[in-house]
Amino acid sequence: MDAPEEPQPPVVYTMENKPIVTCAGDQNLFTSIYPTLSQQLPREPMEWRRSYGRAPKMIHLESNFVQFKEELLPKEGNKALLTFPFLHIYWTECCDTEVYKATVKDDLTKWQNVLKAHSSVDWLIVVVENDAKKKNKTNILPRTSIVDKIRNDFCNKQSDRCVVLSDPLKDSSRTQESWNAFLTKLRTLLLMSFTKNLGKFEDDMRTLREKRTEPGWSFCEYFMVQEELAFVFEMLQQFEDALVQYDELDALFSQYVVNFGAGDGANWLTFFCQPVKSWNGLVLRKPIDMEKRELIQRQEATLLDLRSYLFSRQCTLLLFLQRPWEVAQRALELLHSCVQELKLLEVSVPPGALDCWVFLSCLEVLQRIEGCCDRAQIDSNIAHMVGLWSYAMEKLKSLGYLCGLVSEKGPNSEDLNRTVDLLAGLGAERPETANTAQSPYKKLQEALSSVEAFEKHYLDLSHATIEMYTSIGRIRSAKLVGKDLAEFYMRKRSPQKAEMYLQGALKNYLAEGWALPVTHTRKQLAECQKRLGQMENYLQTSSLLASDQHLPEEERKYFCQEVLSYASQQEDNPAPAGGVAPVVDWECVFAGHKVVLPMHSFARLKDLRFDPPNAVVHAGGVLTVEITVCSQMPVPVHVDQISVNVHFSIEKNNYRKTAEWLTKHKTSNGIITFPAEASLFPASQNSLPALDLTEMLERSPSDNSLNTTGIICRNVHMLLRRQESGSSLETPSGLALEDGAHVLRCNSVTLQPGVNKIAFRTQAKDPGTYTLRQLRASLGPVWFVLAHIHPVVQYDVYSQEPQLHVEPLADSLLAGIPQKVKFTVTTGHYTVKNGDSLQLSNVEAMLILCEAENRAVVYSNSREESSTASLRIQASDKVTSIGLPSAPAYHVIEFELEVLSLPSAPAAGGDTRILGTPEPHRKQKGMQQTDHCMVTTDHKVSIDCPWSIYSTVIALTFSVPFRTTHSLLSAGTRKYVQVCVQNLSELDFELSDSHLEDMGPAADLRLAPLNTQSQQLIHSKQTVFFVWELTWTQEPPPPLHCQFSVGFSPASEEQLTVSLKPYTYEFQVENFFTLYNVRAEILPASGAEYCRTGSLCSLEVSITRLADLLDVDKDEALVESEEYFSTKLMYEVVDNSSNWAVCGKSCGVISMPVAAQATHRVHMEVMPLFAGYLPLPDVRLFKYLPHHSAHASQLDADSWIENDSLSVDKHLDDQLDCSSVRSRGSTHSVSSSEHKGLPMPRLQALPAGQVFNSSTGMQILVIPSQDDHVLEVSVT
Amino acid sequence: MAVCIAVIAKENYPLYIRSTPTENELKFHYMVHTSLDVVDEKISAMGKALVDQRELYLGLLYPTEDYKVYGYVTNSKVKFVMVVDSSNTALRDNEIRSMFRKLHNSYTDVMCNPFYNPGDRIQSRAFDNMVTSMMIQVC
Repeated sequence: MDAPEEPQPPVVYTMENKPIVTCAGDQNLFTSIYPTLSQQLPREPMEWRRSYGRAPKMIHLESNFVQFKEELLPKEGNKALLTFPFLHIYWTECCDTEVYKATVKDDLTKWQNVLKAHSSVDWLIVVVENDAKKKNKTNILPRTSIVDKIRNDFCNKQSDRCVVLSDPLKDSSRTQESWNAFLTKLRTLLLMSFTKNLGKFEDDMRTLREKRTEPGWSFCEYFMVQEELAFVFEMLQQFEDALVQYDELDALFSQYVVNFGAGDGANWLTFFCQPVKSWNGLVLRKPIDMEKRELIQRQEATLLDLRSYLFSRQCTLLLFLQRPWEVAQRALELLHSCVQELKLLEVSVPPGALDCWVFLSCLEVLQRIEGCCDRAQIDSNIAHMVGLWSYAMEKLKSLGYLCGLVSEKGPNSEDLNRTVDLLAGLGAERPETANTAQSPYKKLQEALSSVEAFEKHYLDLSHATIEMYTSIGRIRSAKLVGKDLAEFYMRKRSPQKAEMYLQGALKNYLAEGWALPVTHTRKQLAECQKRLGQMENYLQTSSLLASDQHLPEEERKYFCQEVLSYASQQEDNPAPAGGVAPVVDWECVFAGHKVVLPMHSFARLKDLRFDPPNAVVHAGGVLTVEITVCSQMPVPVHVDQISVNVHFSIEKNNYRKTAEWLTKHKTSNGIITFPAEASLFPASQNSLPALDLTEMLERSPSDNSLNTTGIICRNVHMLLRRQESGSSLETPSGLALEDGAHVLRCNSVTLQPGVNKIAFRTQAKDPGTYTLRQLRASLGPVWFVLAHIHPVVQYDVYSQEPQLHVEPLADSLLAGIPQKVKFTVTTGHYTVKNGDSLQLSNVEAMLILCEAENRAVVYSNSREESSTASLRIQASDKVTSIGLPSAPAYHVIEFELEVLSLPSAPAAGGDTRILGTPEPHRKQKGMQQTDHCMVTTDHKVSIDCPWSIYSTVIALTFSVPFRTTHSLLSAGTRKYVQVCVQNLSELDFELSDSHLEDMGPAADLRLAPLNTQSQQLIHSKQTVFFVWELTWTQEPPPPLHCQFSVGFSPASEEQLTVSLKPYTYEFQVENFFTLYNVRAEILPASGAEYCRTGSLCSLEVSITRLADLLDVDKDEALVESEEYFSTKLMYEVVDNSSNWAVCGKSCGVISMPVAAQATHRVHMEVMPLFAGYLPLPDVRLFKYLPHHSAHASQLDADSWIENDSLSVDKHLDDQLDCSSVRSRGSTHSVSSSEHKGLPMPRLQALPAGQVFNSSTGMQILVIPSQDDHVLEVSVT
Repeated sequence: MAVCIAVIAKENYPLYIRSTPTENELKFHYMVHTSLDVVDEKISAMGKALVDQRELYLGLLYPTEDYKVYGYVTNSKVKFVMVVDSSNTALRDNEIRSMFRKLHNSYTDVMCNPFYNPGDRIQSRAFDNMVTSMMIQVC
């Protein structure tokens, strides 16, 4: 290439470019070899090692072989690289030295000189050997000599620059070998040349780039240089490297633009700032857009031209690299950045021109990509393309608006002029797309040609975009496009088409809680609904907008007014009347129709307050419900009526609904607060609300004891309901007015913006539960309805039967002293009139004490004292009448009465009881957990109430405060009776006039009191003893029946109005006449003065009969023989304190003559175990009964078992033999014998009074034995 | 710097959104809302296996002619979206990253406030000031 202006063969600029290799020498030879050469060269790849650390690449080399001309060699400074010959080859077939010397050498020299002149070092000399030729000439030199000659002559030290190719046209292994060697050499040399020349070129290029700050530097020039490099890489199929060159150029240019924006302007950049005159879009269908390239070369390109060209090259390379999606992505970036750059460089652009350019470019890129991909590929990569689609759509839309194609009237003349200008800027359609029907150019031209065409194209694009967004799941984007489309439809007066898109978008924004978009979309929707005449929907949207905080006050007022004016029109003109402002004649459509709208847009229910606070009211009572409503409207609104629909239910068989339960349990403060509706917080949309668990205790109505307990979930209806998928907050269809007989109303209310309080008063009628269900506010035909009041609000109306309760004032009532009893009359629905009285049937043993000052208090239902009145009590024999004070229904009358239970006399031993109305019995009461509990007496009082024909029977339980026991004491034959009175109550009493009286028929018994004090104080839990001596005149004395009586009164009270009855106690004493006298004596061992421990002493027991045969002796033990009676007795020596060891028999059976002064003596050995004054061991006496008596095993085991441990070594036979020394702890085993069921004698204890132990309490001195070294000291 | 900063809850409702007062607020609301499409796409593309070591910064969500929208998602799926003016070429990826990190730190502070109820709109003044500083700072 001599000069750039020289016409170049077009081959240079096709992608069939190959590196140029020149051929000199024998042209015929080359022509014959060329086919094989060009075929073989690219067959095998060659590794290309590159400078600057770039990764080596395997490369398939191809070459364009041209005939060598001197002109082909580049001159100094020529930067063209495409036309650069990378290798020069000299072909020769010479095998004759003569010929070589004559012609070839000269030729070679000339060739070499030319190369040297152009400082080209990339050359090769090929010597082709031909055996056929050789044979013809016999006088040839060995072939090596020619090659050697050439090497000698030309390749000094570069012997590899001359190669031999043998018989290239033959098919022999030698030929093959030689070819391979030659090709390898050729490739190596080519690559070497590339490396060297490209390296040099790159260095030059870099140098040039470094000069970019110099004033004269031109980007276009540099562009052409670097592009040259790109071309070469492309030529070498190194598209990646080629792309890098363009990307570098791109980045460099972008940086310049940015710097320009920052005030650092480069001179050359002003070229690109020319006003935009042509906007014909990207051209991607040609590999190289020569027009644009020439513009750049001539430095006449505008910014758009440069960008377009650059991108078209990048696009081509990316498509070579099979990366079409990157094209789409880069295209979007490019378009955006071009728009930005034009702005930044302040290039003047006619309005709409850029839109045209972007639109065309988008479509061009899309069509280009579609052209090189199949359908499936495109479908799976929509995400990459959709951006371009939507961008194109956006641009078309703005073009439409610009050119007046969207307006209702169509474009005006100004619009038309603008359209013409825009179309002019497109220029003529390019030849390569001229035949394509859907070319971007044609599309744009058509779209701008008419309103209808525009609409068609715009809708096509929009729908395609929406579809694509939807298909890849970009719902939000799809909705936004849909909203644009809706806007378009609204402009085209097709609100019916717009509505769907607006609803869709609104639903999306609502679901995700985006307030501002919601407001905006809703405003559009309102407009749409108004035009469509969807009156109900429009009113609802309007009310929502009126309450929308995100809307300016003015707009809110407007929408509020829309609602209000509709309402008032309906009121004023019940019949259809024309000439009202709205577009649609609403009245015709909705006359006489109720418009039901949700309440939440209008007002919010904040809280609700009951009066009475427990929300329980008796039938006929007055209930006030005060609701706090927060009006959302921007202006005061006059509401015709606010009403609450109430659902009434009677819940029978539910004790919760009884008056008692209600009045006691429902003790809330009467305020129910409603949670704020989180309409714009869909946070809980996916996550369920938290469980609202509360503890539940259900108590029995009778005694308040716990019946059931559990946990209840209060918001179970929220948790278990179906997740509504398509529920729209905007559709009012879900609202229905509930009909019900029970409605709380409040008429003509003006709701101020913000908080309003509205009070409803109602008189309770039927008992039952009333549930507040719906809250409604009506403005003419417009009803705002809160469909469900949640949480559930209820009030209860109850009706109560009159009731009487009688209960003691204290914990328990004490018999014998005046006690207070509280009467409670719950009037219920009964009104107590003057003269109504309670009739108490008198009980003999219980007196009602009528005090002068008895006052009754009347309380209202809510425990407020309403009046007091004195009580009139009239008592007759049978009936006590208590006149009640007059009291209205649902009041409580309370008064106290004093009652006195006459003390009864519990019998001793419990055998004999005094029969009568009071039934004394022992009752275990929780209050008295002491070991003794009081004897109680129940008194049943029957009361006739004025409201009922039946009598009420009330049981009052009185406790006897005392417990009395008696005992017989003996001293030889003298007898004493002891009575023990124990105070079990918490009170102190004063006892007086104690008296014991014989009740028996015989009068020869006398009781002589030994008590000194007549009056005695007995404190709580104390015991007092009384003793009488018993004397008699006739022997033996008869059984004693006596009655103890003692007067008592509470110690604290000084004055008692009534005289109290004394406390009595009856008992019987039998067989108290002493029959036997037992006397024991311990004597020291004979000769000793004192008893000593460890030494045996003698125990003398003498049993003396004191009386002759008596009635009491006549039993089984009595033995009669010849007028001589004897009875069998068993004695037993027992030492409970373990002081003595009994040696030998400790017990024995004696036959005792039944005669006065008969004495039986027993001698035993005992050993003292301790020293000191020791009490004598006990001597016990039993009646010994033969075994055959059936019933008499009355001997209680206690008397036998003296210690805990059982002796097991005893035989049955010596059960009574007691021959062993009774040591400590040994005892009789009674239980074992009983278990065996063998016949055995039985023992019967003698009655207490019949035996007198005269040695009881005696002690004997025991001194320690002298040899006792151990002194046992027991401290207790 | 940024023209709009938004914090979006896991359920995709805005916890906080603020834009430069000079511009149409509504436009940014739409833009941020739409960008959630891409956020969702990117999150799901990242896959569940790499949740632990995944990058919180989502990069450029999508460019428009005038704005660039960047995204960031916390481990609890709270999204941060930042809209930057396209003409502001000084803002590189690194700056955006550090801005997001700042935003995240401040958001963490908000969450640490015991009086803040997670899921409520952010009304913290400290957070607001930080956002303001990120919006005002002119390069």
